[in-house]
Parts: sequence; C-alpha cells; structure tokens
Amino acid sequence: MEATFATIIAAATPLMFASIGETISEKSGVINLSLEGSLMLSALAGFVIAFETNNTWLGFGAAALVGAAFALIVAFSSITLRLNQVAVGFVLAILGIALSSFLGSSYTGKPGGEIAVPPIDIPVLSDIPFVGGVLFSHNIVVYMSLIVVLVVWAFMYRTRPGLSLQGVGERPDAAHSRGVSVNKHRYAYTVIGGALVGIGGAAFSLDAKLGWSFLHTRNFGWIALAIVIFGGWHPLRVAVGVLLFGLLQWLALDLQEVFPDLTQVLPIMPFVLMILALVLVNADWLREWADKHPRWGNIVRGDAPSAIGTPFSPE
Amino acid sequence: MTVRSGEDASGVRKAAIGILPFLIAILFAAVLILLVGENPIEAFRLILKGSLGSTNKISDTIMVWVPLTLAAAGLVVTFSAGLWNIGVEGQIVLGAIGASFIAREVSGPWYIVVPLTLIFGVIFGAIWALLAGVLKTKGKVNEIFGGLGLDFVATGLTLYLIIGPWARPGIASTSGTEPFPDEALLPNIGNTRFSPLAVIIAILAILGVWLLLRGTRFGLKLQAVGRNPKSAYLMGIPTNRYILGAFAICGGLAGLAGAIQATGFHLKLVPSVSGGYGFLGILVVLLAGSRAIWVAPISAFFAIVAVGSISLTLRLGIDSAIGGVLTGVLVLFALIAAGLRDYRQRKRAEARPPEPEQDTAPNDAGVAS
Repeated sequence: MEATFATIIAAATPLMFASIGETISEKSGVINLSLEGSLMLSALAGFVIAFETNNTWLGFGAAALVGAAFALIVAFSSITLRLNQVAVGFVLAILGIALSSFLGSSYTGKPGGEIAVPPIDIPVLSDIPFVGGVLFSHNIVVYMSLIVVLVVWAFMYRTRPGLSLQGVGERPDAAHSRGVSVNKHRYAYTVIGGALVGIGGAAFSLDAKLGWSFLHTRNFGWIALAIVIFGGWHPLRVAVGVLLFGLLQWLALDLQEVFPDLTQVLPIMPFVLMILALVLVNADWLREWADKHPRWGNIVRGDAPSAIGTPFSPE
Repeated sequence: MTVRSGEDASGVRKAAIGILPFLIAILFAAVLILLVGENPIEAFRLILKGSLGSTNKISDTIMVWVPLTLAAAGLVVTFSAGLWNIGVEGQIVLGAIGASFIAREVSGPWYIVVPLTLIFGVIFGAIWALLAGVLKTKGKVNEIFGGLGLDFVATGLTLYLIIGPWARPGIASTSGTEPFPDEALLPNIGNTRFSPLAVIIAILAILGVWLLLRGTRFGLKLQAVGRNPKSAYLMGIPTNRYILGAFAICGGLAGLAGAIQATGFHLKLVPSVSGGYGFLGILVVLLAGSRAIWVAPISAFFAIVAVGSISLTLRLGIDSAIGGVLTGVLVLFALIAAGLRDYRQRKRAEARPPEPEQDTAPNDAGVAS
C-alpha cells in the first residue's frame, strides 16, 4: 500500500508540472494547446543536454527553455497577432512531435543511469510511518512538483499579483481599467507556464521514464490539457486530477496480470476514463447540484476563465 | 485564414506572402538535414524521387493523397462550422473497422462487397463523429477533448479487435488481421496500389464539399453558424442541428478515408490504419481554410513529402519525420505570415485619424433570411 502510493506520486511528477503549467497559462486567458509537442520535444532536449554535458540540471534548464519557447510562439501569435490559439497550438503540437522524432532518433535507447535524478530521503520526515514512505522518500524533482502545486495555489488565491492573474483571465477590461497591463501579464504567465511544461518533459526523460524512445511522452500532453479542465482551473483540484490519473494508470498496469489478453488495450483505458470524467464534470445535473449546495458545490464545480481564448485590445 | 479580398496588398506581395512560408519551411528542413550531416539537396531530390520516381511510387503517393484529401474535405465542413474536429483520427479508424467488418463477414462478387465496405465506412465514421457532436451539444464537452477521448477509444477498439475477436488463428500479434479476401479489396491497376475508383471518390468529395458550401442554403447557414453561433441562433438557425450535420458529413468522409486505407492500402486492419492522415488533414485545412478546391493541391504536396521522406530513411538513414517537420513549419509560418499581415493592417488603421462613426459590423449572418 505504502509502496503503491509512493509509486503513483513519483510517476505523476511529469504530468503534475505540465498540468500546473497549463493551468497558469489558461488562468491568464491563453490556451497553450501545443502541450503534446512541447512536452515531447522538451523531454528530448532534457535528455540530450543532460546526456551530452553529464549534468542533469542543465538538462532540466534546456527542457524549460524549450517549453518556454513553444509558449512564447503561442503567446506572440495569439496575443500580438490575434491568431486563433487552437490553430497555432495544434500546429506546434504536431511540429514538436515530428521534431522530436527526427532529432531524437540517434538517442533512442541510450542508457541514462548516470544522469538520472538522484533520490533524497528527507531526514526525520521520511521516518514517519506510512506518510514518510509515501511523501518523503523520493527525489528533489518529485518534492518540487508537490511544492509547485502549493506555491501556485497560494500565489493565485492569496496574493495581490495572483488576483491580477485571475483578473486578466476573467475580466480583462476591468483589470485594464485598474491599470493592469493585460497583454504583458498574459505573455509572462504563458511563458512561465510553458517553462513548467518543459520541466515536466525533463521529469519524464530524466526521472519517471528515464531515457528517450520514439514518442516518449505519447498522449501525456493531451491528457494534461484534459486534466486542467477536469480540475476546473484550480491548482489543487488539478493536482488531484493528476493523482487520480496516476491511480488509473497503476490499476491498468496491475490489471494486465489479471487480463493478459487485454495487455494492449488496458494502457489506453486511463485516457478514456479521464475523458469520461470530463463529461461528468461538465454535466448539467452536476452544475445544478453545485448551485443548490454551494458549500460542497464549489469543490466539484469549475468554470473556465471567462476570457479564455479571446484576444484583448485596450480601447 | 478566411479569404480576404486583398484590400491594399498587391498581387505580387500576396504571392510573396504565400511563397515565403514555403521557403522558410524548405530552409528549416535543409538546416536540420545539414545538422545530421547529410546533403539537403540530395535529400530533397530523394523525396521527389521516392514519391514520383516510378509508377509504383506515384501510385503510392496517389493512394496517400486519396485518404488525406477525403479527411481534409470533411474537415473543411467542420472548419466552416467553427468546429475543431480533433476526433477525425478516430473517425478514420472507425471507418476502417466498418469496412473490415464487411470485408470479413460478407462474401459475394466485388461489385457488391466493395460498395458495402465503403458504405459501412461512411456510416461508422459518421456515427463516431456524431458522438463527438452529441458530447458537445448535449454534454457541453468541448469537441477538442471529446474528440481526443474518442480517438483513444477508437485506438483501443482496433487493438482489441486485432488481438481479440479478429485475431489471426494461432497468432496473437498486433501486426494486423488476416488479409481480406480479394473480392473485398478496392479494385486496383496491375501490380500497383493505384485505384481509379478511390481517386474518383476523392475528387467527387472535394467537388461535393465545394458545392455544399458555395451553392446550398445548408452550406451558407453552416458558415453563418461558424462565424458567429450566437447571432446565427438568434437569426433562427437551429445551431445544434447544423453542428451535428457538419460532424456527420466530416465523419462520413473520414470514415470513407479509413475504409479506403483498409481495403486499398493495407489490405487488412492494422493498428495504425489511420496513417495519421486525420491530424495531417487538419494541417491541410489550416492552409486551405474554407476553400475546398485548395484541398486537392495542398494534399498532393503533403502526400509527396510524406511518401518521399520514407525513402530518406532507407537511402540516407535520416529519420522520415523530417517530412512532418517540413509540413509543420510550412503551416506554422503560413499562419504567422497571415497574422503579421493583419497585424500591420491593424496598426496602419490605428495610425490613421479616427473616422466618423460607421457601421462596420460584418453582416455575414444575413444569409439566413
């Protein structure tokens, strides 16, 4: 049991970074749909740079840069050029996949043992029965992913700049009249979110799924986008969504032994179930229930930032 | 991406804007090929030779063009309705499953079996697309995510069929089902994959979509929904019905593409039966916009690059993904070039002194009356 929970948390790390990064970006009003491609290419960049320099952290830096660069293209084309965010994001997703396949072919199957993120047991805390094993016997990247969730949550809901971030995504006109530069904020948060996505990519290739293989992070970019919606654009709920997905993945892996005939099919099931969950979260009856019971309702309901996907021009 | 009657951009400049993304894409690919230590000119020559260099190669390229064109023609319809039909991959797969079902279960002369495979492809694809449509209109699930989910389900379903009920006797492998009997295969010419019937179907699909959008009340209203669903609804257009209609048409054409993939290219059901032509079709439509006719040449270029880059792997050892990089960069820069042009026009308009109040609201939805 202890080992299971620990495994799920460790395996969820890349998706945690990616989903929280996307949450920040979308909260400011910009959908970065390129995740499938940026996650893939940053995973490759992280592995290649770490492999060539023999320095794990340079790999993470390179991956963050790749993620930020993708986000910058999305920001420029949607904020400055007012192009359709979905169009540009989708092209970047496809382009990132193709680029990673092309550039990564010579790194397929290279051993990464020496550049893997080293584990660190947190003294004292890791000795706590159960909790210590689940939460405090991982590595720095896993700890950081959990800290990022808490920091982003606290920033969004407990600080003044966080309030501006929400305002930029919810009511850009009002934010503008309060003197907040809407487009500058959107640029900044999109790029920061993209850098987190990139770190998520490196968390794949240097930790959770060490190494590089063809389509190494396949489908995880898409599922990160779905989890942001599932999580109602709230960092803590997004984190719960990531862990829930991790649990489903673990179950699918475990069930392979029970149903050996379905070995090929089961790994896809978590993705299917996650989308079904999305349908449920959006269902009208749940919304009505949430409206009637605000105390509990606020936990399950989540609305998209009102200005999501729409360019802002101060006039 | 909509057609803009070029206000002050001269013909030459418009052509330059069209050609520039193309040059950037070629240059980008060339640099990457140099980076891996190969000669780009030789690589581009091999791409052309590998796609158009012999009768067999040309047939293969045409048989990639057909499903890509069918999917893209369908996507023009959903695109015109303002929908992002990311579920198109799954719709192709379901079309292939529908056709495979007939190919496996029905025996008879080819002129009965082949049309049946195609019809079932259309039906299966359309049903799968309607699921995404219903998720959107009834379940309020954005079609991007409903579609992605259904793509996953379709992949799972194919894998299940191939290793489960439709497994080859004695072999549990994901390499595919038993090859279809001859009478279920799309009639081809000689030893090539070339099937004139498939080409005729693709051309008819383009013309059909073009006519639908240009010449019918349904098409005009559909575009009104695409431009502004709210005002279209207020004008009395039953928006949801049009959205479902667009999904069904696109799914039907994508299903047809899947049926042709199964019975004309792979000759059996394989896990990767869609060939990725759904997502590639979305890129085609990002270039073509609502102009159905443009789908034909753009798909042809994409097919040449896709088929030709496979020979790069065989001859130079370069990963064939370079073809995807080339087309991806092309579409990205085409979008950015269009965005920059609009941006400059906006800036110029802002620089001019404000004109007296005038009604510039687009009256596009007026076709509803």
